Amino acid sequence: MEQSKEKLRAFLARHIAGRTITDEDQIFASGFVNSMFAMQLVLFLEKNFKIAIGNEDLELKNFQSINAMAELIERKTVNSQNGSN
Amino acid sequence: MMELTPEQQRLRTAFREFADAHIVPHANAWDQAEAMPAEMVRQLAAVGYLGAVLPVDRGGAGFNMVEFGLLNEELGRGCSSIRSLLTVHSMVALAISRWGREEKKSQWLEKLGQGKAIGAFALTEPEAGSDARQIMTQAVASGDDFLLTGHKKWITFAQMADLFLVFAKSVRGPCAFLLERNTPGLVISPMHGMLGTRASMMAELRLEECRVRKQDMIGAAGFGLSHVASSALDCGRYSVAWGSVGIAQACLEACVRYAGRRKQFGALLRDHQLVQRMIAQMVVEVKAARLLCHHAGQLKDAGDPASMIETSIAKYFACTTAAKIARDAVQIHGANGCSSEYPVERFYRDAKIMEIIEGSNEIQEITIAQSACQEVVESAAIAK
Repeated sequence: MEQSKEKLRAFLARHIAGRTITDEDQIFASGFVNSMFAMQLVLFLEKNFKIAIGNEDLELKNFQSINAMAELIERKTVNSQNGSN
Repeated sequence: MMELTPEQQRLRTAFREFADAHIVPHANAWDQAEAMPAEMVRQLAAVGYLGAVLPVDRGGAGFNMVEFGLLNEELGRGCSSIRSLLTVHSMVALAISRWGREEKKSQWLEKLGQGKAIGAFALTEPEAGSDARQIMTQAVASGDDFLLTGHKKWITFAQMADLFLVFAKSVRGPCAFLLERNTPGLVISPMHGMLGTRASMMAELRLEECRVRKQDMIGAAGFGLSHVASSALDCGRYSVAWGSVGIAQACLEACVRYAGRRKQFGALLRDHQLVQRMIAQMVVEVKAARLLCHHAGQLKDAGDPASMIETSIAKYFACTTAAKIARDAVQIHGANGCSSEYPVERFYRDAKIMEIIEGSNEIQEITIAQSACQEVVESAAIAK
């Protein structure tokens, strides 16, 4: 999970113009990201963690922080290995 | 041009031949009639192009995004109105494919892919264009259903569409819903007298408590703009970018033909150096725009998040280039270029539309500048 968080921190750093965020910070509430960011984040998660984000994943709690996304990635990866992604 | 695979080269040839046979000879007439014949849409469906972005197992053609781009260029070279059908129809198909529940995918994708149903994208309102967050259409829960009430405007191919992807505000935030044409409370009013893409069957929609089921929601409540509209508009932007390359290419070809037969001052136009300069600039700018579009397409096929900003860049460059080239094309044609007997006046009007739709020039400039500033800040942080 720490590896996932490291990748997420690097990606987010490119989209929040040099501001510092912690793993618990509410990304979408921060006001630092633009309208394109939400879909860029989906594409980043799918490409880098080999998961598919679908309608069933569209809950703010899945994307609101680095911690939340790391948990989503882990959950999706386990489901994928069990054949139910 | 970046390297095309043999399959992409074959497809490009097929797209070009289709456009030359079925679109180019009729585009001016469609423009003047402000209507697209249903037969043309049937022909497009028959060759599978309306299912361009859908996988084969969903009844689509299974093109990758570079191939989809090539199709947009060739249709756009012939007629921006028919290319705009491909744009909005593909946006709806992709939204369902990406964010729809399985029930909705089964219900609609094959029909859309085979052109048995036509899709239209209903986001824009009289007071909400570039600032989509200001949409006023309301989705009010009613038992297991939602009631949609509002006013949509400038909806491409709404005169012909069977299915609308409608964006509305709910108490849980922006939502996207599928709305069928025959839904009680939906009134569709054709719009005429537009500057360009005049055969794009544009209409206004008035929704008065149109009842849709919860299952008709695409994506989740609150994610209608950030995910459903955003991903669909990214596809739309990409389609318009390639379509703009098509307009520019059409202008170039028209100018080369005209300059090769028109004489002034005892010499063909193509032998006048000031005309040569305009043609040279067209050649270079069309190639540059196509390269940017191709690059964005390759990133899309790789699922790269950078594809979104590269699509904005490609769209911005391609549509501003098309507008400039179309202006020069009219200039080279002189008085003939101001007449509907020649296609360049249509290209000129259509090119202007490209600078407004799917994110105006100004919105693209803001987006591109913000992205550049972020990259510079990041580079500076790494350098420290």
